[in-house]
Amino acid sequence: MPIALKCHKGLGPAVTGTALVADDNFSTRYDLDRIEGTFSRPAHKLYGQSYLDKVLVLVTAKGGVASAWMLHEMVARGMAPKAILFDRANTILAQGAAFAQLTMVDRFEAGSPTTLIRTGDEVAIDPASGLVTILNRDA
Amino acid sequence: MRLTDEEKAMLAGGQGPVRQWAIRHQVAVGEFFDAPDLVPVGQAHIMADTESLGEAGVAWLEGLACSPEKERRVAIPTITDPRGLDFASYKRLRQTDAMADIEARAIRAFEALGVLMTNTCINYQTIMPPVRGEHLAMGDTGVVIYSNSVMGARSNFEGGPSALAAGLTGRTPRYGYHLDQHRAGTMLFEVAHRPTDFADWGALGGIVGRVANSYWQVPVVTGLADRPPNSDELKHFGAALASFGSVALFHMPGLTPEAPALSDAFAGRAAPAAVPIGKADFDAFYRGYAATGDKVDVVVFAAPQLSLIEMAEVADLIAGRRVHEATSLVVATSPEIKFAADRMGLTARIEDAGGIVAAGVCFYQSYAREMAEANGWQRLLTNSAKLVNILAGYGYKPTLASMARCIDSAVAGKVL
Repeated sequence: MPIALKCHKGLGPAVTGTALVADDNFSTRYDLDRIEGTFSRPAHKLYGQSYLDKVLVLVTAKGGVASAWMLHEMVARGMAPKAILFDRANTILAQGAAFAQLTMVDRFEAGSPTTLIRTGDEVAIDPASGLVTILNRDA
Repeated sequence: MRLTDEEKAMLAGGQGPVRQWAIRHQVAVGEFFDAPDLVPVGQAHIMADTESLGEAGVAWLEGLACSPEKERRVAIPTITDPRGLDFASYKRLRQTDAMADIEARAIRAFEALGVLMTNTCINYQTIMPPVRGEHLAMGDTGVVIYSNSVMGARSNFEGGPSALAAGLTGRTPRYGYHLDQHRAGTMLFEVAHRPTDFADWGALGGIVGRVANSYWQVPVVTGLADRPPNSDELKHFGAALASFGSVALFHMPGLTPEAPALSDAFAGRAAPAAVPIGKADFDAFYRGYAATGDKVDVVVFAAPQLSLIEMAEVADLIAGRRVHEATSLVVATSPEIKFAADRMGLTARIEDAGGIVAAGVCFYQSYAREMAEANGWQRLLTNSAKLVNILAGYGYKPTLASMARCIDSAVAGKVL
């Protein structure tokens, strides 16, 4: 039986992908090399790693009002993560996901997704019903 | 969400597809944050530099700009944050003609929507200061935190598309800092070391921000009420707090309007245990960026744009001296302040010493990575804590120092 995680109703389409998890935050302007598709801020726990087509699982979003446009631009170039899961989103990333039609959910009932989900997990996200399923592990 | 009849008609497309897009976006965001309804806003402020817009964003704006005039014009005063490029100085900063072309396209599109191109992140000092209780849709985290905290206005961080949506509908979803329940303090900081310059005020914002570290935390800061900070000091404090901590509201009991006393800052609830901040915390903060003796490639005064008073301070410190030939000095301010600085001879004093005064930009929103590569910049010195926080991710090695030490270092060509 795959592990089902309830969360708040989210944004964007239902998707499935491989998780990249860190106990850290997220800003498209401060943290990313958007041309290469990698985390570029040396202090970030995912420094040097590619986020392309990954389901990013992070604590919260930081700073950077620009992130809203940047998500749209990243999606348009096909250089975006597949989805972003937060413990709690901030306003900018939620607005950006709504604008870019990028999948985003947050506020998980069982606690922080950064401890519930592991890097490499296959996860299915259904924003409309507020449900994330870990497909490769049993409850 | 509860919608009025007018809002329902807008959602159904009764005011055309542009406003329909805007209110659809607002309903999606509002539902994500459990907003009960939309609240009318007095101003919208759009962060939309071309570096973050990209070709995709500019093309999208140009699509809106093709709509019939009645359908595309903003409904409330709508202004802009700094842009990606200053047409008067971009060649000296080795930005490209391609950047200028895309910038011009974005400006034409915004003007077609009725947006006023103020190109500033200090609009609370120079355009129309927010007032207490006024609901706003402000882009730029530094503008939001200043408007909320120092003026007592009410805004969330509004990303570019959301701020534009607010301009088009005259409303924004009522969640977050529009609601009383989110405006009470959540953390207490007791400052025992008085900041002495803008870099110190930014450092304090950074220290508090690193601890708060969430959009939903509201720090309450005590220990500063004996001598009220001025607008520029609070500007640097707030901008750094928002940058390091993603914070949108703070209270300073005895200073900021919603906290006449400590108990008001916590809405009558007991204050939590205080986090002490002393000189050692400031020293450690500066140490994290220290590079004494290193060659300095570029000295930057920006983030936020400089007030007229800061421009005068830079001009006084640099006048009659010469920036080192291997070092660049860049000063960013708003178009309004640039006109004033030109008229008062401040620009000439800075540029005669070898500096570049750019208007309507704020350095980090201006293709900072490309500028670094084109100019061979790596070691950057600034008195903006916000800037040191941002630019490490853009390939710079940033160092924080007072304005006076920044200028002495610019003249010496190395970090003093």
